[in-house]
Amino acid sequence: MSQTVTQTWQIATVTSVHDESSRVKLFTLELAHITPFRAGQHFDLRLTAPDGYQAQRSYSVTSSPDEPNSIELAIELISEGEVSSYFHEAVEPGDKIEIRGPIGGHFTWSPVAAKPVVMICGGSGIAPIMSMLRHRNSTGSDVPALLLFSTRTVADILFRDELETMAHHDPKFHLVNALTRIPTIGSVFAKKFEQGQIGRREMRRIDRSMIDAAFAELGVKPARAYICGGSDFVESMANHLLNAGMANNSIRTERFGP
Amino acid sequence: MINNKFFGRRRPEPSRPIPPGQYLEDGFPVLSAGPTQRIDIAAWDFTIEINDKTVGSWSWDSLNALTQSDIHTDLHCVTKWSKQDTDWRGVTIDTLLADAGVETPTGFVMASCDGGYTTNVPAADVIDGKGLLVHTYDGEPLAAEHGGPVRLLIPHLYLWKSAKWIRSLKFTDQDSPGFWERYGYHMYGDPWREQRYTND
Repeated sequence: MSQTVTQTWQIATVTSVHDESSRVKLFTLELAHITPFRAGQHFDLRLTAPDGYQAQRSYSVTSSPDEPNSIELAIELISEGEVSSYFHEAVEPGDKIEIRGPIGGHFTWSPVAAKPVVMICGGSGIAPIMSMLRHRNSTGSDVPALLLFSTRTVADILFRDELETMAHHDPKFHLVNALTRIPTIGSVFAKKFEQGQIGRREMRRIDRSMIDAAFAELGVKPARAYICGGSDFVESMANHLLNAGMANNSIRTERFGP
Repeated sequence: MINNKFFGRRRPEPSRPIPPGQYLEDGFPVLSAGPTQRIDIAAWDFTIEINDKTVGSWSWDSLNALTQSDIHTDLHCVTKWSKQDTDWRGVTIDTLLADAGVETPTGFVMASCDGGYTTNVPAADVIDGKGLLVHTYDGEPLAAEHGGPVRLLIPHLYLWKSAKWIRSLKFTDQDSPGFWERYGYHMYGDPWREQRYTND
């Protein structure tokens, strides 16, 4: 259970920048020092302005720990966010970033924890969970896993193709997308719903009945839960899982800071 | 290392300095490793142990019957936000120890909470008014998501040391790591020395 944090700052090189949605970019960073991490952990990034002003933020790794030489981070553009706006507006491949980690250890998953797992996330809360699902996939784990992923629209479903491919090929991985912005009939959004029905889509917020139905589809009651998103979302989802009979100590949460 | 294209969005200078690596936050973010604990005040109690011996135990009513202290302080979270000018009411650990009729312990203390959370600090950091059990924030009962009905408050250390949903303090001669400390967070956690992780 003991985890060593890589204490020293190192300089990482940005090797790719990818627009994952209108508000989220994926950054791949190559690390000078190979840094094993666990699925769900995060890294601290530190930016320094020419006059010495510094800002630090934490970002969850989205890539699998099976590829420890580089890490992928999903950075959502936050209004007034000095670090996220720098990444969105200025960072290009070849740029150097100061980084240290991995950090955290409670919100982590490994296939060794051979318990059916439910993961619930809102928006960019998919980030640490994506690392877990990629790790599960690349290790060939047959641990039953259920992902309930809440976004506003289809266009906001990060890693959509990859998640649908996983769900298509893996009968033990169940995907439910909850879309909270109801599309107008006949609109562009509604047309998008009709395409590619891999996984299930629900046109409402995640609620207790959606969770119960998803548990029934999974066919086994999850014994471990990971919830990541905004604070109110996490609060509400944790209460649903407690009400659904999951044990308090089986529920791990990661709440976005400000 | 300088990031040439980074200038930052400077916020107005805080009225008082904040620790290195921190930024000022107006809201009161909630960061917990698990579900919010829902605690029945009627069933709540709090105990102090010294070297495995229970020296005092308090119910909600007996805690509230003790001398209450008000504290105006700044908070510093290891996730980089600081919040200035917060107001709390509660009972100092000194008051509890005096009520139990015991000498001020030395060594270390482990805080234990509903939900299984723990955190460790030196005993000296909860005495002389430095540590309190608080039940009121900004004049209102402390909300469950912020650790209510009662949380520990040790404002001179990073906020993970101010354990939510506190149920006991165990004083011992030996220091041992609590929940986050076992995951590589600092054993002491002084924000002014930026002691975020083990070797900081």
